Amino acid sequence: MKKYLLDMKVTENMHLHPQYCLLKLTNDAPLPDIYPGQFVEVRVDGSPTTFLRRPISVNYVNRATNELWLLIQLIGDGTRRMSEYKSGETVNIMLPLGNGFTMPEADDHQTNVLLVGGGVGTAPLLYMGYCLKEKGITPSFLLGARSAADLMQLDEFKQLGEVYITTEDGSLGEIGYVTNHSILKNTRFDKIYTCGPKPMMQAVSRYAGSENIWCEVSLENTMACGIGACLCCVEKTQKGNVCVCTEGPVFNINQLTWQN
Amino acid sequence: MAKLNINIGELELKNPVMTASGTFGYGTEYADFIDIEQLGGIIVKGTTIEHREGNDYPRMAETPAGMLNAVGLQNKGADYFVENIYPEIRDYNTNMIVNVSGSSVESYVACAEKMAGLDKIPAIELNISCPNIKQGGMAFGVTCAGAAEVVRAVRKVYNKPLIVKLSPNVTDITEIARAVEAEGADAVSLINTMLGMAININTRKPVLSTITGGLSGPAVKPVAVRMVWQTYKAVKIPIIGLGGISNWQDAVEFMLAGAAAIQVGTYNFVDPTVTMKIIEGINGYCDKMGFQSASELTGALNIY
Repeated sequence: MKKYLLDMKVTENMHLHPQYCLLKLTNDAPLPDIYPGQFVEVRVDGSPTTFLRRPISVNYVNRATNELWLLIQLIGDGTRRMSEYKSGETVNIMLPLGNGFTMPEADDHQTNVLLVGGGVGTAPLLYMGYCLKEKGITPSFLLGARSAADLMQLDEFKQLGEVYITTEDGSLGEIGYVTNHSILKNTRFDKIYTCGPKPMMQAVSRYAGSENIWCEVSLENTMACGIGACLCCVEKTQKGNVCVCTEGPVFNINQLTWQN
Repeated sequence: MAKLNINIGELELKNPVMTASGTFGYGTEYADFIDIEQLGGIIVKGTTIEHREGNDYPRMAETPAGMLNAVGLQNKGADYFVENIYPEIRDYNTNMIVNVSGSSVESYVACAEKMAGLDKIPAIELNISCPNIKQGGMAFGVTCAGAAEVVRAVRKVYNKPLIVKLSPNVTDITEIARAVEAEGADAVSLINTMLGMAININTRKPVLSTITGGLSGPAVKPVAVRMVWQTYKAVKIPIIGLGGISNWQDAVEFMLAGAAAIQVGTYNFVDPTVTMKIIEGINGYCDKMGFQSASELTGALNIY
């Protein structure tokens, strides 16, 4: 896919939580094709300690308003600077990067799809859920967080499908981790897509592997270039070390060496 | 419009701006963002005779003005390059220069021989300065005897322009530069990355899997400019300057210090179009300052 460098304008920067903001950006020309699971590299100006671009997954693409949504967890100086972007500010974005999730066939309406997210890893699942729904597939979501307040965009997820929740403190949904949720014992899913902290994805991957369920995970290895030039973000796979930015970030669990 | 073309020995460049090995892939990675044929040259990813998986993840640590890397020369080997990559890049209308690395004198020679057979590879850059592989690499570049030995051996099998990339992790870079000049190097490029380290204080672990890695980016620029200037006074062969160049002003600085050409590395990650801006900026600077040709900038430093 052709990649673009766009000077995009901030339309809105919503502070959803002390640790999360939702940055909405628009572009003069219509946005190119962007698939769920792909990411962008955001140039961060105005933060003296931030040198590299920040890889951020695509949270949603609103074709009606020509908007790109980025859900950003405030972790370091770069993401904190991004939370300060004001409406009207220009931000340089490289997109679309990486390979998205594998979409089920359009005529596969009976496919029982589960999207499992934890923390900021829920971000790409919103756009994935939207695109699945467009194809006539209603997904289920299994979302996990430390506490009820840490679950972002629940209203949006509920519009797309059934939402199951776990919290570590039990403040919403079932107590524990996503892989403890009763839905996994009660329902047979055909496909699982997951994004979140690595231990969570590894647990989901073990579950999918043991139940023989097709499963894709979206990795977030530390990156520099985002386009396969620097070879910093590699993951060990059956084919050896490969760049997460160009061969991923989405991998089928069979490609990875997590079981070893 | 100043004349931008320059020569590095027999190597003709349409302008002094090249991209540094390991930061620009094989050029194709950047083709969506810029017309890569506008570049003076592209130094493609470090290539070794054997397939190398490179180091374990994590390989990168960002710093306030740059980054540490510990890639460890991941590449599919010289034969794979010849059979699969060369056919894809051979027809680019710019200098496609291969960065050749190794872990023994024999492995450098074997890789250089493979490259000597490729018509459209007009030069090689001999990497005797990679800090990220355990055997060899930088070991050759940190002693005069080691540097001389590998250049002497490669010179015997490689007749086209031979650029030798020097390590800054030495007491006196000019001694190494003189040593490789004496063995017939046509040019030197400097600097490779500086050995550095970062620690995650929460886990008390080094950030990089290899513990130490190579620092690049604007943080190293003043060190690189100083080394180019010292080397310019020490050798007669052309110098290709690199280390933290992120705009045309930086490029001009390197040229005034003595560089005949420059390479842009890490900053390509921040702005993939930066090389085009640098070419334009060098031209503008020449026009403004009354230089007819970019080659006049080399060593045009006014000393007090």
